[in-house]
Amino acid sequence: MHMADALISPAVGGTMWAASAGLLAYCARKIQQTLDDRLVPLMGVLGAFIFAAQMINFSIPATGSSGHLGGGLILAVLLGPHAAFVVIASVLTVQALFFADGGLLALGCNIFNLGFFPAFIALPLIYRPIVRGAHSGARLWVGAMLAAVVGLQLGALAVVAETTLSGISELPFGNFVLLMQPIHLAIGVVEGLATAAVVAFVARVQPDALAMPSSSVDHHVRLRPVLVGLLIATVLIGGALSWFASSHPDGLEWSMGKVSGREELDAPAVGVHENAAKLQERTAFLPDYGFRATEPQSIEVAAAEEAEAWPAVSAGTTFSGIVGGALVMLLAGLIGYALRMRRAPA
Amino acid sequence: MSHHIVEARNLGHIYPGGHEAIRDVTFRITHGEAVGIIGPNGAGKSTLLLHLNGCLMASRGEVRIGEIPVTRETAAQIRRAVGMVFQDPDDQLFMPTVLDDVAFGPLSYGLAPAEAKQRALTALDRVGMSALQGQTPYRLSAGEKREVAIATVLAMTPDILVMDEPSSNLDPRGRRRLIELLKSFEHTRIIATHDLELVLEVCSRVILLDSGSVVTEGPAADVMNDEALMLQHGLERPHSLRHKHPH
Amino acid sequence: MFSPSSLEALRMDELGGLDSPLHRLDARAKAIVTIAFIAAVMSFPRYELSGLTPFFIYPIALLALGGIPPGFILRKILIAAPFAICIGLFNPMLDRHPLLLPGGYVVAAGWISFVSILVRFVLTVSVALVLVAGTGMHRLCAGLERIGLPRVFAVQLLFLYRYLFVVADEGLRMRRGMELRAAGSRAPGLRVYGSLLGHLLLRSLDRAHRIYAAMLARGFDGRIRTLQESKVHPADVLFTTGWIAFFVVARTWNLAEGLGFLLTGGGR
Repeated sequence: MHMADALISPAVGGTMWAASAGLLAYCARKIQQTLDDRLVPLMGVLGAFIFAAQMINFSIPATGSSGHLGGGLILAVLLGPHAAFVVIASVLTVQALFFADGGLLALGCNIFNLGFFPAFIALPLIYRPIVRGAHSGARLWVGAMLAAVVGLQLGALAVVAETTLSGISELPFGNFVLLMQPIHLAIGVVEGLATAAVVAFVARVQPDALAMPSSSVDHHVRLRPVLVGLLIATVLIGGALSWFASSHPDGLEWSMGKVSGREELDAPAVGVHENAAKLQERTAFLPDYGFRATEPQSIEVAAAEEAEAWPAVSAGTTFSGIVGGALVMLLAGLIGYALRMRRAPA
Repeated sequence: MSHHIVEARNLGHIYPGGHEAIRDVTFRITHGEAVGIIGPNGAGKSTLLLHLNGCLMASRGEVRIGEIPVTRETAAQIRRAVGMVFQDPDDQLFMPTVLDDVAFGPLSYGLAPAEAKQRALTALDRVGMSALQGQTPYRLSAGEKREVAIATVLAMTPDILVMDEPSSNLDPRGRRRLIELLKSFEHTRIIATHDLELVLEVCSRVILLDSGSVVTEGPAADVMNDEALMLQHGLERPHSLRHKHPH
Repeated sequence: MFSPSSLEALRMDELGGLDSPLHRLDARAKAIVTIAFIAAVMSFPRYELSGLTPFFIYPIALLALGGIPPGFILRKILIAAPFAICIGLFNPMLDRHPLLLPGGYVVAAGWISFVSILVRFVLTVSVALVLVAGTGMHRLCAGLERIGLPRVFAVQLLFLYRYLFVVADEGLRMRRGMELRAAGSRAPGLRVYGSLLGHLLLRSLDRAHRIYAAMLARGFDGRIRTLQESKVHPADVLFTTGWIAFFVVARTWNLAEGLGFLLTGGGR
């Protein structure tokens, strides 16, 4: 479920960054008070384990993202939602820095997709009410699996939404959903099993590790708020899905309409570009990124709406560009070499 | 806090699994004393030591450092006075370079970087490890790690020095340096160790622990000269006491 | 499963502790410039190629300035490369717009965007790696905290980094112990692995507790402190403003194309 930079537009990336950063600040403040000698090493070690677990991943073809164990639920059960969110954020940040596993632009999306849904939706609304503090038995396994599946499905849906709204990927929405959801259903089952196994193990061998800070322990959840929450979630998901599934050309005025009509591959890419550019123009804070910089260079874009025009790609492929590019690389290498020589005697 | 009396009264500790590691331990160590804690493996020496700086909290009884009882709230304050060198140096060296590790304590106390660096260099010099200041701790030998670990605590200029097996893995030169260091240290020293010769050289008094309780305590040479007692508790009479040559 | 990476991670720690003009720069300055770099690179349109080339100057210059071996960075990039390739690989298939290259070759536009993705990937990854290798994770986290990262998060980042070593170390020891006893038999079953993982978790937790206890014993109070002075030097300001200015210029105008233009006398 890791998303890559290449698929996110700065607008979507920036928004999710803001959402994740805000949530992170909130969680950090929340656990500042309950931080104790036990929690800090636990957060670090569990983070390391989840980090390792996430390295076992496989890319889902054509979607530009990968499938793997999220670990968000395990963290949420053992640490409480706020600490879990901080840990997931730290794991993803380190991965983005060291492995470009997704990238820094998409980091906000990834943190939200992998952290928010397990910690703040799956845990309180599904895991806790079903499991109710059990450390073994059917309740644990069923609750863990259900929570994991729901958390991952929501996360996968978020990935699809974010990618489509970015308008960079060529993949039609419908195909995207059909690829992502079933795979993440399977992953969800595995993750649920793993979660239950870890909880059972820790409970058996070192029960005091499961004693979470009192402020977040809350086994007896009243049924009504849970039901209401589930109802809202169902309505949202169901409504969104049905809306997108049936092609409503008069629905959203930007890329959605174009996407559902893009079954044929030789439809002009310019359509999505044009509309995504419009959206970015409206939401951008950087005045001249993206498509506008290249517009003056190619007249085709201006007249592109109806004609099957070529996209504005002169920047990378003109002769001057190639010569210049090669020279710049050479220059960069020389600068590097010169700097090294100067450092050597130092 | 100028006179740091270390006092334990009916101290007991039960680990979460139910294991009672120490039971009814009472002693009083006055300022400037050098006391050795000896006993067989599993006697509870390490557990006892961990109570002296608030790493472990008493299940029963209490520990007082200079009249202040050791509790969660007072732990931070206690740690300024009590410097602890743990058994495994790998647990104590967690910074990118040796100098960073030794400077960690002074920096945490709020010293300015320049001053902290100076303290660190002085401490490293005392243990003879100045040359390794830029190294990654991971690459040091076991003995070097131990010396650096000692330096990390010395840099904080504690009033009470607590050490758990400080001479293990040290080569003879390093061990001699440690003994000289300990002898030159004016403040209270509490050392848990199997190195009975070191205890003889450094400590005036010993506390003999076995199965979590204090068996006896008294002047080092007297207690350790009692062969039957030593053998009974998994130890033996130190070699230098056995053959008293009139030099 | 851990052996090569734990040594590589150790290398990163050693590089971070070096002393060089790069390492002496303030961590905040380097972090800010890195963020600006990534923002600039990712804001290019999807088919950009030559315009990206001037951005290579930054990581290369920093590598040299910091005494960081290029091979180290390249190795890490190669390891993560398959991921980027998988992502971009479908672009040529899905985006079949014919493009005319100089010399009369026609190519699917998807290939151009694919190469662009790869170039961006190399740029952003190398810059992030250089940031950590040229600053040291400890100083970096301290610096990030000062520019606004929540303290709890900065500490968690550092601990995660630190405990990754711990887990890797314990994992290595356990694997060695297992190998010495397995006498070359077939791979251990699921049950053994499950038990191994469980014990790995517990041992790592124990060790992490002890390390944290040692930190507390030396006065750790939740704030990351370093030996580096917190003053901002003129060199830091110059570094930050200079590079950001360069990024702005390189983003607004295609410097490579301009250079080529000059040399080829206006050829297209």
